Amino acid sequence: MNARSLTAGFATLIRRRETGVVVAIVVLIGFTTVVNPGFTTGSDGFRNLLLTPSLLMILAVAQATVIITKNIDLSVSAVLGLSAYATGRMFTDFPDAPIWLVVVLGIAMGAALGTINGALVSLARVPSLVITLGTLYAYRGISIAWAGGDRINAANLPREFTALGTATIGGIPVLFLVAVVVLAVVAYLLAHTRSGREMYAVGSDDSAAVLYGLPVRRRVFLGFVASGSLAGLAGVLFAARYATVSSTAGADLELSSVAAAVIGGVAIVGGAGTVIGAALGAFLLATINRALPTLGIGEFWQQAVVGGLIIGAIVLDRLIWARQARRLKSSHASIAAASSGTDRGVFAEPTRPPKEPVP
Amino acid sequence: MTTTAEPVSTTPVARPFGERLRSILLGRDAVIIVLVVLVWIVGASTVDNFSKPNTVYYLLLDVLPILLIALPMTMVVVSGEIDLSVASMLGLSSVLVGVLFQHGWPIWLAALMALGAGVLGGALNGFLVTTVGLPSLAVTVGTMALFRGIAVGLLGTEAVTGFPSEYKDLASDRLFGPGTAIPGFLLVFIVLATVFGVLLHFTAFGRAVYAAGLNAETSRFSGINVPAIKFWLFIGTGVVSALAGVYWTLRYDSARGDNAAGFELAVVAAVLVGGVSIFGGRGAIPGVIAGALLIGEARSLLRLADVSADAINIAIGVLLIASVIFPRVLSGLKGHLTRRRTSGSFTPLER
Amino acid sequence: MTSLHSPRRLAVVAGLAVALTVAVTGCGSDEPGGDGGYDIAFLPKNLGNPYFEASDAAAKEAVEGFGGSFKEVGPPEATTDGQVTYINTLTQQSVGAIVLSANDPSALCDALGEAREAGIKVITFDSDVDVDCRDAYVSASSPELIAQKQIDLIAEQIGGSGEIAVLSATANATNQNSWIAEMETYLASDYPDVELVEVVYGDDDDQTSYDKTEALLSSYPDLAGIVSPTTVGIAAAARYLSTSEFKGEVALTGLGTPNDMREYITNGTVTAFALWNPEDLGVLASYTAKAMLDGDITGTEGDTFSAEGLSSGVTEFTVGPDGVITLGEPFVFDADNIDEFNF
Repeated sequence: MNARSLTAGFATLIRRRETGVVVAIVVLIGFTTVVNPGFTTGSDGFRNLLLTPSLLMILAVAQATVIITKNIDLSVSAVLGLSAYATGRMFTDFPDAPIWLVVVLGIAMGAALGTINGALVSLARVPSLVITLGTLYAYRGISIAWAGGDRINAANLPREFTALGTATIGGIPVLFLVAVVVLAVVAYLLAHTRSGREMYAVGSDDSAAVLYGLPVRRRVFLGFVASGSLAGLAGVLFAARYATVSSTAGADLELSSVAAAVIGGVAIVGGAGTVIGAALGAFLLATINRALPTLGIGEFWQQAVVGGLIIGAIVLDRLIWARQARRLKSSHASIAAASSGTDRGVFAEPTRPPKEPVP
Repeated sequence: MTTTAEPVSTTPVARPFGERLRSILLGRDAVIIVLVVLVWIVGASTVDNFSKPNTVYYLLLDVLPILLIALPMTMVVVSGEIDLSVASMLGLSSVLVGVLFQHGWPIWLAALMALGAGVLGGALNGFLVTTVGLPSLAVTVGTMALFRGIAVGLLGTEAVTGFPSEYKDLASDRLFGPGTAIPGFLLVFIVLATVFGVLLHFTAFGRAVYAAGLNAETSRFSGINVPAIKFWLFIGTGVVSALAGVYWTLRYDSARGDNAAGFELAVVAAVLVGGVSIFGGRGAIPGVIAGALLIGEARSLLRLADVSADAINIAIGVLLIASVIFPRVLSGLKGHLTRRRTSGSFTPLER
Repeated sequence: MTSLHSPRRLAVVAGLAVALTVAVTGCGSDEPGGDGGYDIAFLPKNLGNPYFEASDAAAKEAVEGFGGSFKEVGPPEATTDGQVTYINTLTQQSVGAIVLSANDPSALCDALGEAREAGIKVITFDSDVDVDCRDAYVSASSPELIAQKQIDLIAEQIGGSGEIAVLSATANATNQNSWIAEMETYLASDYPDVELVEVVYGDDDDQTSYDKTEALLSSYPDLAGIVSPTTVGIAAAARYLSTSEFKGEVALTGLGTPNDMREYITNGTVTAFALWNPEDLGVLASYTAKAMLDGDITGTEGDTFSAEGLSSGVTEFTVGPDGVITLGEPFVFDADNIDEFNF
């Protein structure tokens, strides 16, 4: 019964955040379009409106999946970079390779890299912050070692592939459609399958999850494999969009993916938020980046805006949580105690049975 | 539940000075210190030019920012938190020095303002973590973007150069004259290292930091003001990062918004390699200094051997993971063996 | 307490030993200098830049051709502190000469000064530093000619009046800033109806340049032309333009390589652009270094030396004022001649 009222409370919370982000997006687009109609009208404007956020949306979904289990994946940008370069090399060395095969291989590469992360975190039980920090360095290093000073250029890639990067179907860019499909699939899996719901439970309170008998390690592992695969897919799409891949492809996107997820309502302490929220957060972030120059705000200020938004988002989360906890406290004292501010989120020690019997 | 007969003390008890000193210097951190020496010997004998004073000089100049920031970072991590905004504060401080210099301010005043910004930034982090109660990872990811964003916003991708040579010399002059190995600025580091070392290992404040990292709840109930301690620790990282920013600007003669981008990872790596536990409550300053020197040494060695930056990155990534995983694996194995040997009797759970 | 930490000790020892042994023994160190002792290191603005790949590959051939040993090092991104680190390393390695394209005119001076004190010859090419900080500068062409050629091209392509923008490389690059300054002077004197509305920086990074082009087009709906005096920038801008609704409406010119730009000349995105042969630049810089190491020249005006293997066939060069050695004039590429070149 505790779990259900908790979930009901969560549902309200989530609903509030996602709509907030949508409102922010609409206001932003509206305002910017008034200032410069070219922002959304004209074939370029509308296309870019949807195209530019697509890659970040996929990365945000990947990151959200991991954060929900109370972990973090700092290596996503390096996975994207490796996958993008691998895509380029595949086409350069095998010009007749079918596109679908290259896509599959890119995802597989991402999945393999994600498996390494997942195994290290779930088996060795080391905080994901440290592991993915290490793999970020390592994967980035491998990327540079493999690519060297080499670059994949548009000339090396098949025309149909690079055309995918800017192609539209009925005015909607293909890449955006891919992002939406990915989002829909992952959202469905997380909300309506047992594994998905268990991932939320694991992130929400892993000691309780162990007591419930949930396969905590497997769920955490799954999160990382999913994140890696999605980052791999994003890498292939990156190659299609930008058509030029160097060893620094995707650099610094890992923090944007965390920011997008956090802004979209995914709690950094795990167990709450939706991938839809994360994707919306990504859309908002990318659109802000595009809008700032148009609004005459030096583009250089966009990172400051992002930073401010992240802080605002987590403070907001905290206030809502505190209100929630207070409400719960009056009816379920023990649960409230567990959700006090000593939670260290991604730092917390991995699951162990409690040290002494609960009085 | 047992009942205690004696009164419970409210501050952690200090061990005798000599014992503490010995345990620090001869304990776990000794290994890393030995390694630093070992790598030096290996390097000097296999790679040309490695042991020349000039090389040592550049090595120290390059590793100084990591050394500086690793000091307060150690205390933050020992207390159970983390500060990822350090490199962004470095960049912001650098930009402030540059912008103020451009407007004709004297460097010493600009540097002072930069340090002030460090205090403010650290206070923001501290406030959000302690008063609002947010997890430090999330907060410092946000402030990392915010500080860097302000830095880049102020200068764009322009760089301010042309700082007066007296100040540049302060950052990069050698202590004993041309051609020798020790940069003068190292003295600043030595002073800071002593301060932080004493603070962490020989004062009640330091013991409280350890206590907070080991178990924040218990510490609070023991009368330790955990939030206040953590607040000051974040101010520590803020100020020292700002100092590192001033040093960086003068050393490279370039104030840029993206100075030291990505540097926070190098500092965390140095702290972890140096033996500090990411969970808090464990680790020591000498180990961290050795960890930072080790990384600096390895980089210098590999660069001189014309090994590319990528191999260095891979090595550091692997090192980071290895240094955190092996203890787990080995203690897991050990626990397994112990349980087998003493099966049937109650085995206390190891941390 | 200690029992828990022996695993950690072992861990760090093991991890480090493995990592370092592999790194130090497995990877090669470089051979000592060639016969004549011409130990020459090239330090471009950044690695992974096709312009420098062309110049440095030709330089390598030239250096090895006259019996020297060649090395190319550089930062992955065009930053000043990245270059300072490499200058320091090269100083420690006691190379004979450093040939660099600078990311900043003055910030590198301290590091270069230390190198020269250690007896290393410092030559800049493509992008210069302050005169006192180097021994000679090998310039592709004079900044006036380079700037004017590009402005002439864009003005012609937009019909003599309208708004233009510049997509540059990094904000501090010496060559970029000198050209932009010349462009502004030339516009004021010769093309009063052409207005330069903004200069944006692509940082010689492909993705950034691509995104900046998109931002320019959406922020300035009346933009008539873009000038990009950097090969990375113009290639990215062309790629963006060719898929955009502005293709053919917004003119694009600047400094580009024939191989990068061929496709866009063919599909009509770009009408004409300029450059010189970066390979020639690399070769000339190599021979300058050789001459300096031989003691034939010291960078003073009037010194002469010879170079071989340039596409123009010229072999005798004279050092000009301020130690500047000039390659020649910029060359215009368009649909008529683009197929004749391969770089």
